[in-house]
Amino acid sequence: MASPVLRRVSEHARAELLLAIADDELILGWRDSEWTGIAPFLEEDVAFSSIAQNEIGHARALYELAARDLGTTADELALDRQPEEYRCSELVELRLPEWERTIARHVLYEQADAERLERLKASDDTEVAGLAAKIDREEAYHRLHAEMWHERLKDEPRYVDALEELRPLVDRREGHTAELAPLWEEMTIVRRSQPAGTVW
Amino acid sequence: MVTAKQVWAALAEVPDPEIPVISVVDLGVVRDVRVEDERVHVAFTPTFLGCPALEVMRAQMAERIAELGAEPEVEVVLDDSWSTDRITPEGREKLRAAGFAPPTPRSEGPTLVQLQSNGFRCPYCGSRDTTLENIFGPTPCRSLRYCRDCKQPFEQFKTI
Repeated sequence: MASPVLRRVSEHARAELLLAIADDELILGWRDSEWTGIAPFLEEDVAFSSIAQNEIGHARALYELAARDLGTTADELALDRQPEEYRCSELVELRLPEWERTIARHVLYEQADAERLERLKASDDTEVAGLAAKIDREEAYHRLHAEMWHERLKDEPRYVDALEELRPLVDRREGHTAELAPLWEEMTIVRRSQPAGTVW
Repeated sequence: MVTAKQVWAALAEVPDPEIPVISVVDLGVVRDVRVEDERVHVAFTPTFLGCPALEVMRAQMAERIAELGAEPEVEVVLDDSWSTDRITPEGREKLRAAGFAPPTPRSEGPTLVQLQSNGFRCPYCGSRDTTLENIFGPTPCRSLRYCRDCKQPFEQFKTI
């Protein structure tokens, strides 16, 4: 059954758009954070941890804007929906313990995200355009990082294969991979044990 | 009744929790202060959206305003009005004195060629012979660089 918040979403086209982007950034942020402590070298440990932190920050700002339209809160949108109610692309859901596949996803995501941000920055909706421009300032550094790795790996067969494997998933949003549900379990465990209204 | 001037002076004493040498006013994140009777409205623009210091800054600003005997209302403005160009000249100097290279003026946005160039000055010895070690650093707002002259690694405030 759809959560109460989601029943209102279809009435709000803007919230629907914002949720898809916020879900991408939240889920990717979680996946990127899986490299914290175990990346192939220290610089990348720092880089992926920082990128993850930025992406989750972007998700929060986008959920806050959507939450205003829907009369709810960012936390409820981020953590109180069922896994099937997320609107993220299949690309961000996968757990990718191989470095070349992680970099391939990073490159594909940053390209797609840059195009999306350009469209949003040109929007007539000044709130959406303003937030997109703010996010884009930070994403510029993610793109530099992705480009740097693409240059380094572009002739490596394993990396080239990973790009081909993952490219079709970028825009796939009709359903979910089997990997989202276990991530959701992990991501929402604290929230589910201490539901909305809990005072810490 | 408090005046806007008193509020600005109080906010100038609220430190950035992660780089306490610089205040929220130095950072340029306070965009507007409006006093309406007992209520003080502050418009606040986040720096980096994922920065955990934002909640602390917001709470500390409210606390300082309450100490002035007014009712605080800190509004977070999620638009694109903040960039590192809003850090005041005093703020930039405080950053440098604390060992952080201040952000370079914003032009078209960062490029790898620019970051890897030697336009960045070491905050310790002033040399421009510095190299990029990592685009990312210990917080979202910083990169890591290394000075080849004084052999000192240092943190560079990212330009956004």
